[in-house]
Amino acid sequence: MDFALNDEQREIREMVHDICLERVEPRAAQIDESGEFPWDIKELFAKHDILAIPFTPEYGGVSGSALTLIVAVEEISKFCATSSLILSVQSLGSLPIWLAGSEDQKRKYLPPLARGEQMAAFALTEPGSGSDAGGMRTRAIRRGDTYVMNGSKTFITGGSVADTIVVFARTDQNGDAPARDISAFIVEKSMPGFKVGKLEKKMGIRGSPTAQLFFEDLALPAANRLGNEGEGFKLAMRVLDHSRPGIAAQALGIAEGAFDLARRYARDRRQFGKPIIEFQGIQFMLADMATQIEAARALTYASADALDRRLPDINVSSAVAKVFASDTAMRVTTDAVQILGGYGYLRDFPAERMMRDAKITQIYEGTNEIQRLVIAREVLKEKG
Amino acid sequence: MDLALSPEQQEVRTLAREFAEREVKPRAEAIDHNSEFPRDLVDKAARLGLLGVLVPDAYGGAGLDHLSFAIFVEEVARFCASTAVILDVHNSVGTEPVVLFGSEEQKRRWLPDLAQGKKLAAFALTEPEAGSDAAHLKTTATRRDGGYLLNGTKIFITNAGEAGLYVVMASTKPGSGADGITAFLVGGDNPGLKVGPKFKKMGLNGSAIAEVYLENCAVDEADRLGDEGQGFRIAMRALDSGRIGISAQALGLAQGALDDAVAYARERKQFGKPIAELQTIQNKVADMAVKIRAARWMTWKAAALCDAGLPFTREASMAKLFATDAAMEITLDALQVFGGYGYLEEYPMARRVRDAKACQIYEGTNQVQRVVIARELERV
Repeated sequence: MDFALNDEQREIREMVHDICLERVEPRAAQIDESGEFPWDIKELFAKHDILAIPFTPEYGGVSGSALTLIVAVEEISKFCATSSLILSVQSLGSLPIWLAGSEDQKRKYLPPLARGEQMAAFALTEPGSGSDAGGMRTRAIRRGDTYVMNGSKTFITGGSVADTIVVFARTDQNGDAPARDISAFIVEKSMPGFKVGKLEKKMGIRGSPTAQLFFEDLALPAANRLGNEGEGFKLAMRVLDHSRPGIAAQALGIAEGAFDLARRYARDRRQFGKPIIEFQGIQFMLADMATQIEAARALTYASADALDRRLPDINVSSAVAKVFASDTAMRVTTDAVQILGGYGYLRDFPAERMMRDAKITQIYEGTNEIQRLVIAREVLKEKG
Repeated sequence: MDLALSPEQQEVRTLAREFAEREVKPRAEAIDHNSEFPRDLVDKAARLGLLGVLVPDAYGGAGLDHLSFAIFVEEVARFCASTAVILDVHNSVGTEPVVLFGSEEQKRRWLPDLAQGKKLAAFALTEPEAGSDAAHLKTTATRRDGGYLLNGTKIFITNAGEAGLYVVMASTKPGSGADGITAFLVGGDNPGLKVGPKFKKMGLNGSAIAEVYLENCAVDEADRLGDEGQGFRIAMRALDSGRIGISAQALGLAQGALDDAVAYARERKQFGKPIAELQTIQNKVADMAVKIRAARWMTWKAAALCDAGLPFTREASMAKLFATDAAMEITLDALQVFGGYGYLEEYPMARRVRDAKACQIYEGTNQVQRVVIARELERV
C-alpha cells in the first residue's frame, strides 16, 4: 500500500500552488468583497491548462485522473474557494457529457471546455426539488426531431457564465416512477428561450455566480439529448458520485488554508509574555484540527482513487469523503477564527471568509443529511 | 498511490478473520466475565504464527509487515479486545524492540521462543510517578561486575505475570532524564523480578495488568538492549508502532460494535417497522461508518509509512487519537441502538464500551498524542 502521489500529481500540485500563491491569494479578499466573477482567474487557469485537468488528452485535456483533479482543487481552495469552483464546475458540467455523451457530443463539446474557451454548468436543482431531485418539474416535450423545454432551475453554480449547460428535465409525465421520466440535455447559452435570472446574494463563495435559469419554449435538437430518454436521473446521481470527491477536496483545502493561517498567527501572536502557540489550550486545538484534516485527506484521496480504479462502491466512498471533509472544514475554520480571536472576526483576515465559504460544502452537491442516507442505506443493506 | 491490499495482506485478513470468528468470538464473554487470561487462545494463535507477526523468518517468525499486523489486531478486536491487546502488546512493544535493536545473540536467544509463543513479551516503561512524563522514571540500573542491578517499581504492565520476557526501561544515570535511560531484557524467571496481584479494571478483564517490582534484579551486560542512554529512543520507537496496534484494536472494537448495531437495528421492530428504517438510527449508523473508514485509512497509512521506512510518528499519533476517540463514540452509540438490552452484560455492547475506554488512555493518553502531534507540527 502506498499513499504517495505520483509525479504528475506532485508536479500539478506545485504548479497550481505557485500560481495561486502569486496570483489568486492576493485577489481572494477582493473577489469576496465585490461578489463578482473573477474572469482574470478563469483566464489564468485556462492559460495554464488547469481547466484541462478534468479531461483526457483524447478530448484536448491533460489528465482525466480524479485524483489529479482533486489535488488541484484542494490546492486552489487553500487560497480561494470561489476560484476552486471555476475548476470544479468545469468538471461537474462536463461529467454528464463524459459519462453519457455520444462520440459526436464529446468531440463537439469537451475540447473547448478543456481549453477553457467555454465554460460548463450542471442544472439539476429546482425551487421545489432540492434533495428530492426526482420531483423536478422542468419539462422537455418531444416534437419530431426537437424537444421543447419549459421550466426553471435554481442554485446553478456558474449558471450565468456558462456556455454549455447540462439540464435535467422530465420527458414523460405519465410514468408512475417520477425518477424514471427524467432525461438529460445539453443546452447552449445562445439558444433562444434560455434566460439567466437573478444572481443570489450569498454568505460565502461570493465570487461564484449562483444563478436562476429559465427555459421558455426552448427548442432543442434531439441530438442534444444525453443518453436515452428516462436515463437522466440515474446519470445525475452517477455524476454526483463522481463529483463529490471534488467537494471533499474543496472542503479539505479550505480547512488546510484556515489551519495554516491559525498556526502562523499562533506563532506570531504574543500574550502573557510568549507566543500563544506555547499554551496547551492552543496546541491541543491545533492538534485536533490537524488530525481531522489528516482523516479528511485520507478519505478524500481514497474516494478519488476509488474512482480512478473504478471500484464498485464509489457512491459510498464519495459520500463518506464529502460528509467528513465538509464537517471538518466547518469545525476547523470555526476554530481558526477562534484562535485569531477578535482579529479572526474582522474582514482584514481571511479566517472569517474561510468559515463562510466552508458552510456551503456541507450543503451543496447533496446536503450532508442526504449523504448520511446514502451511507446508511448501504451499511444497513442485507449482506448476502 | 496504491490503496489496494496485497495478496499477502488479504490472506492475513482471511486467516485472522477465521481465527477470530471460530475461536475468539465464542470465548469473549467468558473471558470478560471470569477475568480469565485466555491462555488457550494465545496457544491457538501461536500455532497460526500470530505471535511472531513482525519477527523475520530467520528467527522463526512470520516476517509480515505492520499493515498485516494492523489487520490481524483489528480482526481479533472485533470480538475480544482483551485477546487483541495481549497479542498486540506481545507482538509490538514486547517483541519488536528486540527485532529492531537487539544484538544477533539477543535475537537468537529470544525471538524464536517469542515467535512460537513459548514466551510472551511485556513492555515495562510506566511507573507510579512517571506516566505521561516517562522520561522522569525512577527505576535505576546500577553497574556491578559484568552487569547491572535493577531497582524500582513499574505499573500498568500488560501481560505481567504471564510474560517470559520484560523489556524494562531503567536509568543508568539518575537525574539526567531521557538521556540516562537504558533498556534491558529481563527474563520472567529472574528471581529479582516480582509481579503484584492483577488489577481489577473497568474492562479488558482478560488482559493481565499488574505492578512489576525489580528488587536487586541482576542482569548481565549482554542483557542490555542497545547502548546505555539509548533506552528512551528505543521506548519511543516501540510506542510509535505500538500505536498502530492500539489504533487497530480501537478500529476492531468500533467495527464489531457497528456490525452488531446494524444486525440489531434490522431485527428490532418498533412502531410497526424495523428501527433501521428510522432516520435517527440511519444517521447514527452513517456517522459510525464514516468514522470507521477514516480511522482505518489513518491506521493503514501509519502502517504503510512504517513499512516503507518513512517517518510515521505523527501519523501513528493521529491514528491513535482519532481511532480511539472514534471507538469510544461508536461503542457508546452502538450500545444506545440496543437501548436497555445494550446495558445488559449478556450482549457484548457494554463490554465494548468498557474496553474502548482503555484505548484512549494507554500507549500514551490521547492528551499525550496531542502533545506529540503539536510538537510534530512545529517541525513542518
